[in-house]
Amino acid sequence: MNWLVKLSKIDRRVVFLLIGAAAVIPLLKPLWLPVHVTEHVQKVFDFIENIPVEGQAVLLSVDYTPETFPELHPMTLAILRHCFTRNLKVVCMTLQPAGPGIAELALGTVAAEYGRKYGEDYVLLGYRPGISPVILGIGEDIKRVFVTDNYATDLGDIGMMDEIRNYDDIALVVTISGSSIPESWISYAHSRYGQLIASGVTAVMAADFYPYLQTGQFIGMLGGLKGASEYEILVERAGFSRERKTATIGMDSQSVVHLVIIVFIVLGNLAYFASRRTRREEV
Amino acid sequence: MGRRIPLMICFVAGILMVIQFFTPPLRSVYEMVLDWYIVILVFALAVGLQTTIYLHVNKVRRRVKGYLYSLVTLVSLVSMATIGLAGGIRQGSWFMWLFEHIQVPLGATMFALLAFFMASAAYRAFRARTLEATLLLVAAVIVMLGRVPIGYFLTKGLPESIQIPAATEWILMYPNMAAKRGIMFGVALGMISTALKVIVGIERGYLGGRR
Amino acid sequence: MSTNPGVWVAVIMTIGIFSFLYKDNPLYKFCEHLFVGISLGYYVALYWNNGVIPKLYIPLFRQHNYFYLIPGFLGILYFSRFVRKYAYLSRWPMAFVLGAGSGLSIPAILQARIIAQMRGTMSDTFTVSYVVMVIGVLATLSYFFFSREHKGFLKIASGIGIVYIMVGFGATFGYTVMARVSLLIGRAQFLLRDWLGIID
Repeated sequence: MNWLVKLSKIDRRVVFLLIGAAAVIPLLKPLWLPVHVTEHVQKVFDFIENIPVEGQAVLLSVDYTPETFPELHPMTLAILRHCFTRNLKVVCMTLQPAGPGIAELALGTVAAEYGRKYGEDYVLLGYRPGISPVILGIGEDIKRVFVTDNYATDLGDIGMMDEIRNYDDIALVVTISGSSIPESWISYAHSRYGQLIASGVTAVMAADFYPYLQTGQFIGMLGGLKGASEYEILVERAGFSRERKTATIGMDSQSVVHLVIIVFIVLGNLAYFASRRTRREEV
Repeated sequence: MGRRIPLMICFVAGILMVIQFFTPPLRSVYEMVLDWYIVILVFALAVGLQTTIYLHVNKVRRRVKGYLYSLVTLVSLVSMATIGLAGGIRQGSWFMWLFEHIQVPLGATMFALLAFFMASAAYRAFRARTLEATLLLVAAVIVMLGRVPIGYFLTKGLPESIQIPAATEWILMYPNMAAKRGIMFGVALGMISTALKVIVGIERGYLGGRR
Repeated sequence: MSTNPGVWVAVIMTIGIFSFLYKDNPLYKFCEHLFVGISLGYYVALYWNNGVIPKLYIPLFRQHNYFYLIPGFLGILYFSRFVRKYAYLSRWPMAFVLGAGSGLSIPAILQARIIAQMRGTMSDTFTVSYVVMVIGVLATLSYFFFSREHKGFLKIASGIGIVYIMVGFGATFGYTVMARVSLLIGRAQFLLRDWLGIID
C-alpha cells in the first residue's frame, strides 16, 4: 500500500501531462463512440424545425465570451445552420460586450455556407449595455433599444426589420451563454411577455438551470459540449449540414479524460484510506 | 445634500419601476426609463477603465517590479482602441483580426488551464472523508460518466432505465433540481429584500464615504 | 502546417498561456497582460460603436431628440469622480441605475424564481420521483432556515436537506469537470487541426 501513498504525492506536472495526453490521443485516434441525443436538446431542435417559414423570426442572443468559446461556439454554429437551412430569419444580438465579435465570426462562417444575405436573411444588432433594460426594451420596441445594427446602419433601412417590432414577431429566443444571462431572459422576457426561451449553456451552469426546464420556462436546453454535439448530430441526420462536427469529434476525448479523472479520484481515495490505516496501525 | 439627492433619485426610479409593472398607463414612463438606463450605462465603462489605467500608469511611473508588463497592457489597450475607433469593427478589419487571433485564443486558453488544475485538485484533495463528501463524490462520478458517450457504452447491455445516462438524468432532474430550487428560493428572496433595501435607502453602500 | 500568420499568432498566444503549467514565466506574464489590454481596448471601441453612436449621437444629432440630453448629462456625471471637488455627483447616475434596476427586478424575480418555481413543485401526479423532488425542496429550504435552532423535526429535515444539497453539488462538480475539459479539448483541436493540420 506504500506505493499508493507515494503515488498520491507525485508532481502535479505528471498529472497535467496525463490529462493532456488523454485529451490529445483520442483526437489522433478516434474511438467513434456514438453520441445519444437527450430529450432537452431534441425539444429545441423540434421547436425550430416546426417554426413556419413565413412566420416569426428567431432571436439568437450570443451571450458568451472568449473564455467559453470552445464549448459554446459549436452550439451557435449548429443552431445557425439549422435556421438557415429552414430559411428562417435570424436576428442576432448580444448582452455581453465581447459578443459582437463572436457573433461576427459565427455569422461570417455559416451565412457564407448557405449563401444567406445580410439584411434580408439575418441581421446583427450588436451589443447594448445593461441586461434587464435591453431584454425588457425589446418587448416594447426593438428599434428603440438598438436604433442601428452593429455597423451603424439605421434599423429602418434594413428590410427584414420592417416586420420585426417586438417579441410578438419572434418565435423563439435562443440564448447561448456562459453565465446567468439565460435566467435574466426568463425573468424579464418570459415572465412579462410570455416569450419562449431555449438556452445553450456551459456545463458549469447546466445543473443549475434544471428547475427552469422542469417548469417549462426553458422549452429545452443544450448543456455543454455534449449538448452541442447532440445538436450537430440532429442537424446532420436531418440532412441540413455536412460540415465538420467540432463538438462531436471532441466527445471521444471528453470520455477518455473523464475516465482518467475518475481513476485519479479513486487512486487518491485509496491512497488516503491506505495512509489512514497505516497511521492507525502505528498508533 | 450630497447623499439626499441620489437617495431620492434611487427611490423615485425604483418605486416607479415596481408600480409600472401593475399600471399600464405608466408605460411611456417605463419605456423612457429603460432608454435612459441604457444611455447612462454607456458611460459606466469609464469607471472600470479609469481604475485599470490608473493602476498600470502608476506602476510604470514608479518603475515597480514588473512595470514593463503594465506597459504592455497600456500599449495594447491604446492600440486596440485606436484601431477599432479608426478602422471600424466589421469582419475583415484589423480590429476583428486582433479579436479573432489574439483575444479569443488568450481567453479560451486561460480557461482551458483550469482543466489541468481541476484534475490535479481532484486527485489530491477530493476525499470521501465523510458521508456527505461520499455522496458528493458518487453523484459527481455518475454525472461525469453519464454525460459522455462512454457512460452509455459501459452499460448498454442493461435495461434502459438503469443505464448510467438514465441514472444521470434522474439525478439531475429530481434530487439535483430539488436542491437547486430550494437554493433558488432563498437567493430570490434575498435579492428581493436587497432590492427593497436599496430602493428605500437602507442599503447605501453605493454612496461611498461621507461627504 | 498552417501558413496563415493569424493562426501562428494564435498558436504563440496559446502556447504562452499553457507554459504556465510548467511554471510561471515571462511569456505567460506577457500574454496575460496583453489579454487585459486588448480586452479593454476592445470594449472602448465597442462602447463607442454600440453605445455612444446609436444611443446618443444619432438620437441627438440625427433625430434631433434633445430629451436625450438628460440621460447623456447623467452619464457624463460618471466622469465627475476624476475631479475631487465634484466627485459626489457621480452618485446620481449610480443611484438611478441601481434604483431602476432594483425596481425592475422585484416583480420579475417574484414571478420567475418564486411563483413559477412554486407552481412547478406542485403536481397532481404522485410518482416516487415527484415525492423525492418535493421532499428535496422542503428539506433544502429547512437546511437554510436559521431563525430556529436545528433540533427535533427541523434537525431531521435539515439532515435530509444536506443529502440533497450534496447530491446537487456533486452533479454540479461533475458538470464543471466536463466544462473545463471541453475548453481544453477545444484548444487541442485548434492546435492539431488549424495549426498542425494532422486531424480533420
